[in-house]
Amino acid sequence: MSAVLDHHGDHAHDHAHDHPSGWRRWLFATNHKDIGTMYLWFSFTMLIVGGINALLLRTELFQPGLQILQPEFFNQLTTMHGLIMVFGAIMPAFVGFANWQIPLMIGASDMAFARMNNFSFWLLPVAAALLVVSYLVPGGATAAGWTLYAPLSVQMGPGMDLAIFAVHIMGASSIMGSINIITTILNMRAPGMTMMKMPMFVWTWLITAYLLIAVMPVLAGAITMVLTDRHFGTSFFNAAGGGDPVMYQHIFWFFGHPEVYIMILPAFGIASEVIPTFARKRLFGYSSMVYATASIAILSFIVWAHHMFTTGMPVTGQLFFMYATMLIAVPTGVKIFNWTATMWRGSMTFETPMLFAIGFIFVFTIGGFTGIVLAVAPLDIQLHDTYYVVAHFHYVLVAGSLFALFAGTYYWIPKWTGHMYDERLGKWHFWMSMITFNITFFPMHFLGLAGMPRRYADYPMQFADFNAVVTIGAFGFGLSQLIFLWAVVKCIRGGAKATDKVWESAHGLEWTVPSPAPFHTFETPPVVK
Amino acid sequence: MSGKPAIQDDRAAADGGTTRASNLRMFGKLVVVACAMFGFGFLLVPLYEKICEVTGINSLTKADRGAAEFARNTQVDRTRKVTIEFDANGRGAWQFRPEVNALEVHPGELVTVVYDLVNTRAVPTTGQAIPSYAPQQSAAYFRKVECFCFEQQELRGNETRRFPVVFVVDPKLPKDVGTITLSYTFFEVAGKAAATQAGAQQARGASTGQGG
Repeated sequence: MSAVLDHHGDHAHDHAHDHPSGWRRWLFATNHKDIGTMYLWFSFTMLIVGGINALLLRTELFQPGLQILQPEFFNQLTTMHGLIMVFGAIMPAFVGFANWQIPLMIGASDMAFARMNNFSFWLLPVAAALLVVSYLVPGGATAAGWTLYAPLSVQMGPGMDLAIFAVHIMGASSIMGSINIITTILNMRAPGMTMMKMPMFVWTWLITAYLLIAVMPVLAGAITMVLTDRHFGTSFFNAAGGGDPVMYQHIFWFFGHPEVYIMILPAFGIASEVIPTFARKRLFGYSSMVYATASIAILSFIVWAHHMFTTGMPVTGQLFFMYATMLIAVPTGVKIFNWTATMWRGSMTFETPMLFAIGFIFVFTIGGFTGIVLAVAPLDIQLHDTYYVVAHFHYVLVAGSLFALFAGTYYWIPKWTGHMYDERLGKWHFWMSMITFNITFFPMHFLGLAGMPRRYADYPMQFADFNAVVTIGAFGFGLSQLIFLWAVVKCIRGGAKATDKVWESAHGLEWTVPSPAPFHTFETPPVVK
Repeated sequence: MSGKPAIQDDRAAADGGTTRASNLRMFGKLVVVACAMFGFGFLLVPLYEKICEVTGINSLTKADRGAAEFARNTQVDRTRKVTIEFDANGRGAWQFRPEVNALEVHPGELVTVVYDLVNTRAVPTTGQAIPSYAPQQSAAYFRKVECFCFEQQELRGNETRRFPVVFVVDPKLPKDVGTITLSYTFFEVAGKAAATQAGAQQARGASTGQGG
């Protein structure tokens, strides 16, 4: 099988057969596996950067009063933590998985547009550099929150411009990545791989990529309007010229709500790959999974104003957005049910990927429930902009997306490196993450219910105890991720040799190629029966 | 997989050609969708304006034509009093303040208050006042018969002008509302860049801890 590596360099388009080495291999990379690897390392780096931001915030919040940070810098850190984690860590990590896995899973030799793939990756470090540099400009980085709400974003210093450019660039990167992914999935599947035979991860990414193409340009439009308001005298959101700041929120959340599903749908896909393998059963309700994913994507376009219940909306509007939001619980419930049913009476074993996948279901469900609480307009008006909301979206984003990413990493890393990871380190990583995650974020529910507002550098005395606990948990969670780094590095450097199939009950084309997956795979498309 | 490279290769090359073409077609379509959605973002602006116009929300500076008629035909509710607080903010080179800070009025009573506006620059300047109410639900019950916020105001250099606001509070105002705050912000209209810059300076001042 490894013969796929070395034959025939005589195609007209033989760029895929070059084997550059050293830095050229990475800078001029067109191989989906190399690009996937770069995406994953980039996003891990960003996870650490965003995590350091978060730990600085938590250090300040360890005690009431101002100890180490000025409030202005605190606001910059909150904003940058959000931007870096959303656009730098979570989204590129999923694109990294898409690059590595989609061609392997559908039997394609590479992504459809290999050079564009390279470009969409290398835009990201540029955007990240812009964000980091913005700390150093006069007035510091943007401090308007990751949502970049007008009118604050119309008024801030040049750090805001850098953030706008960075988001533009990351948006362009995502759109190009999505075009690549859609084209690969629709046009380059192996013979016999019909749509309804595609692995769930591929399905979820197909739908996610469509969402990205639909909403990323809207975000680009919104921040372009902010930019022209700032520098070219337009008045989209600038009340001084008759603009309306609330309209920014409407346009932003038209992007923003689908965006949260962009960050969770591929996580659903990973869970749907991992759970059947370790339950040793087929995925329960495959087609209902596909329809549920599609319904979540469609519903995501009509619920944006639930982020804006406090902006003064007519009651009929509040009711519409409230019920539409609650409707999303139905397809999401279908998914949770299907995963549970997949495990039901399965011969389960609990290797690290499975632990993270089950942990994902457990903690994501808690985040889903608090989401329903927040969907209720009268409750939301009370809880809006409190730590309850912070707890909610960290339950779905950290425990949802990030845990699924960990599950996927442990699941496929033997295929990537050819070595088994250290199971003991993986289990330590899981349990430490799970426990410290809950120590960090569970008390935030109580803080929010008690009325502690988010995005402040200080708080009244009565919130002190819970905040101290939260900070201790946050440092524990941050340090736990070093175990992950250790496990990954150890796995790259050596370890037990992984078999081609790796897991006893793994199904899918990626397990038919050798471990580690050779540089070129499926040059001759496999036939799927 | 590598057992019969020659035949397979030819087929793969032929397939590669058609795949390449259909990939490029797909690329074109998706780029069109992305560009259309970028345009859609901008289209949302007139769309929302239209929605607000049709549904009558967000019409802060529109003259309330029925207000004078309403004021004449409304019984004054002597049984309760509502405190009206007046607030004024000038964005740009304005000095802007109400002559009284608060009044107690009966719902249904026709009340006049006066705001003073000074153009602190030597050049003529045009501005627009935007009203805002707290609590927000009271906006529907606060009917302005006459207001300088219905149109743009032009002041000569260093001119001081007194603007009356004539209003009546609808007696149907919910009983739990005891205080209404009416806040105006006066924005410069021509030379918006100047106003934005002032805002930016304010924000920058605040972010270095010197603002106020």
